[in-house]
This record gives sequence, structure tokens and C-alpha cells, in this order.
Amino acid sequence: MFNKVSKGSLFPYAFWIALFVIAPIALIVYYSMLDLNGHFTLNNYKAFFTPVYLKMTLTSFWYAFLITFFTLIIAYPTAYLLTKTKHKHLWLMLIIIPSWINLLLKTYAFIGIFGLYGPINAFIKTFGLEQQQILFTDFSFIFVSVYIFIPFMIIPIFNSLNKLNPTLVYAARDLGASSFTTFRRIIFPLTIDGVKSGIQVTFIPALSLFMITRLIAGNQVITLGTAIEQQFLVSQNWGMGSTIAVFLIILMVIIMLFTGQKKGGRA
Amino acid sequence: MKSLIQATFAIVIVCVLLIFAINKIESSSSSKTTDTITVYNWGEYIDPDVIDQFTEETGINVIYETFDSNEAMMTKVQQGGSAYDVAVPSEYMVEKMIEEDLLLPIDHSKLPNLKNIDPYFLNLAFDPKNEYSIPYFWGTVGIVYNPNLVADHLTFTTWEDLWDPSLKDKVFLVDGAREVIGMGLNSIGESLNAKDDTLLRQATDKLITLSPNVKAIIGDEITPLMINNEAAVALTWSGQAADMMWENEELDFAVPEEGSNLWFDNFVIPKTAANVEGAHAFINFMLDAEVSAQNNDYVGYSTPNKAAMELMDPEVIEDERFYPNEALRNKLEVYKNLGLEWLGKYNEYFLEFKMSIR
Repeated sequence: MFNKVSKGSLFPYAFWIALFVIAPIALIVYYSMLDLNGHFTLNNYKAFFTPVYLKMTLTSFWYAFLITFFTLIIAYPTAYLLTKTKHKHLWLMLIIIPSWINLLLKTYAFIGIFGLYGPINAFIKTFGLEQQQILFTDFSFIFVSVYIFIPFMIIPIFNSLNKLNPTLVYAARDLGASSFTTFRRIIFPLTIDGVKSGIQVTFIPALSLFMITRLIAGNQVITLGTAIEQQFLVSQNWGMGSTIAVFLIILMVIIMLFTGQKKGGRA
Repeated sequence: MKSLIQATFAIVIVCVLLIFAINKIESSSSSKTTDTITVYNWGEYIDPDVIDQFTEETGINVIYETFDSNEAMMTKVQQGGSAYDVAVPSEYMVEKMIEEDLLLPIDHSKLPNLKNIDPYFLNLAFDPKNEYSIPYFWGTVGIVYNPNLVADHLTFTTWEDLWDPSLKDKVFLVDGAREVIGMGLNSIGESLNAKDDTLLRQATDKLITLSPNVKAIIGDEITPLMINNEAAVALTWSGQAADMMWENEELDFAVPEEGSNLWFDNFVIPKTAANVEGAHAFINFMLDAEVSAQNNDYVGYSTPNKAAMELMDPEVIEDERFYPNEALRNKLEVYKNLGLEWLGKYNEYFLEFKMSIR
């Protein structure tokens, strides 16, 4: 396909990628090898392999995994049911609209909702139960993150379910497959690409969440994003901040490789 | 293809109209007066009425922008993108900005109201002759608590009270490395400017034993949360505590006797200033006794303005929790500029402590 396009018309794109993708990554790698005085050093990498940062990488990964997992569990059935409704695009619209509201505003709203004197605790109390600490717990952190990522997971899954040819499902049922088998052997494999892109757009940002870790988790959850923010804004140690960013990029590349679409694939 | 071209045209036309509108708005707002200053201050740190009065009296327009940390402010001034005429850094940042040659000297002859300032707050170590900075507000770091929600024997005259087992999951800490690590150092009887790895290690280990009591480490959200009694105790700045106590009368504030931080926020004129005359006029206006008294009433921090204090409610200025007497003040320590290397270490220890709280 590309041999039809002249090399000249590709130039703007190559230039764009060089300027806004390759150059920034090269700069991050360059900065990661500088110490506070701007001298070359590998100490930042050494510092990364200390228990504090390794533990942080593991917790970031673990929470990103939990967030993606719960988002997927909620998003897939929702997307599936959406394709069965009469006005599916209207319903999809209603799900997407909240994602237009600023993330911080939604997060602040949850501080009020989850508070000791918020509506949820008021509800719990009407059953004569004791006030629960909801804010600043793992539960609230994962709940709010899942809430924020759900629309981004639903859209690609919805699109691939929508494109699914219904006759394939009918054929499976005619041939005697149970609903579960139909789902496992026909529907899920044919929509796996939607699931993969959903995982990408959830897992990768979830690795570097930082405002929610402070506002909702009260810094009880520390992710790599929090550490990068602190290194750049407070310690002004751009070298260490870049080093953490380099590892974040490596993690993201690994995720992309695992969830990437294979060329060709099964017919 | 045709619709694509139409869409492109529509976008271009909208953009041109927007640019035109912006120009129109900008020219109409600046045509009234050519005299404008840009003030760069902390959030919620000035009475908006005072700014209007200043414009009325001098004809100088004020563009007001805010920042939420000294470091963020310095980074912006350093980059030099915007011309700030007046900024309000804390004392250790003044020291650092002088070192980095980011400030213009202040002409005292243009500040007749400087006489209103209590001499105690002039000629301090971070700027010995007040060549570059004029005090705006001062305060301490201490503990705000709700006596109805904590055991009676806890009065927080000592940092040790924070470690009381009855406070499990009831303490908020402010999200600042210097405040929290400094508190750790104070609690083991050391200086909060310590540059010694073994002391920092000891302080961090001591702090880690506090983890069961820590409910969250957060920023400005502490104020609304404490007002709603979400936690019983919080480590915070005196002025923020005053805000909370204004809204929630149950709260009380204490500065532990082992010592704590004493801080000063100061007017400075950054090198990027475009209207140095206007900046001096603004600083002088803010030092006026009546203006200062009105502003203090709104902001709630402690003022260094002696003349203004005479105009204020005596109950406020006699409150030793916010205007500690000289004997207590001498126990308090001012932050020194640690240098990037040690600031980095403080942050590493703080990160380690944060990782331990769950």
C-alpha cells in the first residue's frame, strides 16, 4: 500500500513523530542519566533498584491490574447489554457524557460522597449499622478509578460487539451450542481486539495515576506517578524523575506487546 | 471530499473569529489604563476587596494569579514566560531566589509604610537588610484537634501525644516533606534543618511507628475535611488551622513545646517584573495599617504589621496560639534552604514514610 504513496507526502508525519515522540523519549533517557549538578551518572538507576522504588513499582502494577480487572468485569457485560437495547447509541452516549466532566471535579465529589458524614454513611446508618471509614481506603481508591475508566473500556468493546455478525451467533445456537459455549467460542474470541484496546487505555493510565492517590487514597497508595510528580515539582531532581519515567515507559511497552494485535491472526 | 473541504473552512472561519474576539477583548480591557501589575500569590491569601481599593486609589490594574507551592512558583519565575511584578515566597525560598539571582532589590525610600512593621520581623537571617523582601504574614506549624473527639489527657503540648494509641486512624498529616520530616526531627529533639543521615534515619524510623495513627496525608483538602470532623487531629499550618476554627468552633490549635517551624511569607519583586514602580506602590499599599488590618481579618494568618494590630480585635492578637509570645517564638525554628541534594534526601525519606502508612 505504501509504495503508492510518494515519499514526500510522508515527510510531515515522519517529522511529527520525530519531534513529538522520538525526541521527548530521547530527552527523558538523556535526563535520566544526569545528577543534580547535570553531570553524567548511572546512580539514578541504582537508586531505582532500592526496596522503596521496587515496592512502589509492584504496588503500582498490582493496583493497575485490579483497576483494569474490575473495569473489564463491569464494562464487558454492560457493552454486551447495550448492543441488545433498542436505542443503543443513545445509551452509549449517556454512559460517555460523564467522561466529559473534569476528572478532578468528579474526584472531589467523591470526597463528599464517601465522607464520614456523606450520603453513603447516612444510608448505612438508617440500617442501624455503625459508620464506616470509606474514604482513604483501598476500596474507595479502586472504586473511583474504576468509575473513571469504565467509559474508556466500554467504547472499544461496544464497537467490536456491534460489528459482530449476529448470524454467527444464530448459527452456533442452531448447531446446538449452549449460551455459555457460544460466548466462549464465538462472541468472546471475535471481540478480543476490543477487549485488548480497552485494557490498553485502562491499564497504562492506571499505572501512573497520581491525583486520585492523594485525594481519595490519602497517599496510602503510592504509584510511580506520585513519585514522578514529587521528583519534578518538589525535589527538582529531574534526573530521578526521568529515571522513573523510563521504567514506566518500559512497563507500558511490555503491556502493548502483550495486548497488541497480531498481524494475520486466525482466519 | 466536498464536505471535508466545507468542514475545514468552517473550522478556519471559527478560529479567525475567535482570534479577532480575543484581540478585541484584550484591547478594550487595557485601553482604560496602561498601568498594570501582575501579582503572584498563594491561593486564598488576600482580601479581594483590598485589590479593588488599590486599583481605585492608584489607577493601577492588578492581574492576580495564584500558586500552591514555593517550588512551583520559583520554576515559573525562572522560566521567565510571564512578567510577575510581585510574588510572595516563604523565607527559605527568598534565600534561594536571592542565591539564584532572581530578585530585584527593593527601594525602601518608596515604602514609607515600612515603619508599620514590627522590627522583630525585619533584618532576619534569610535577608539580613530586607534588601529583597518585605514581610507579609508569618505563622507556625502545629496541631489542630477536636477536644471532643480525643481523650482528655491529650493537649498536644508535646509531639509525643500524636503517638497515643487511642488516636489509631485519626490523624491527618499535611503532604509536605519538610513539615512531616521536620516534625519527626522535632519529636526526637533535633533541629528541623538537620543535615545528617543518621538523624534523618532516626526521625523516619520514629515516624514509621506513627503509621497506625495516620489516616491520610493530603494537601489543602485538610481544611474542609477537618471542618466536617472527618478526623480528630491534623498537622498543619497555623493560618489553615485558623480557617478551620473559624468554621468549626469545636477545634483547638496547639504548637508543641519541643519546638516547631516558624515561617514568614514575604513580598518580593522578581527579575521578570515589567512594572517596578507599580510593584513598589502595591507593596507600600499593602503595608498601610488600615488596609493590612482589613486584609488580616480576611486571611486569618498572623501579621507582622504593628500599626495594623492596633486596629484589630484585641481578642485576635492576644491569642497566644496564633501570636505566640517571644519566649515561645524563640523555641521555634525557621527553615533554612537545604540545597537540592538535602531537599532530595528529605523527600526520599518522606516517600519511604508514605510507603509505610498502610
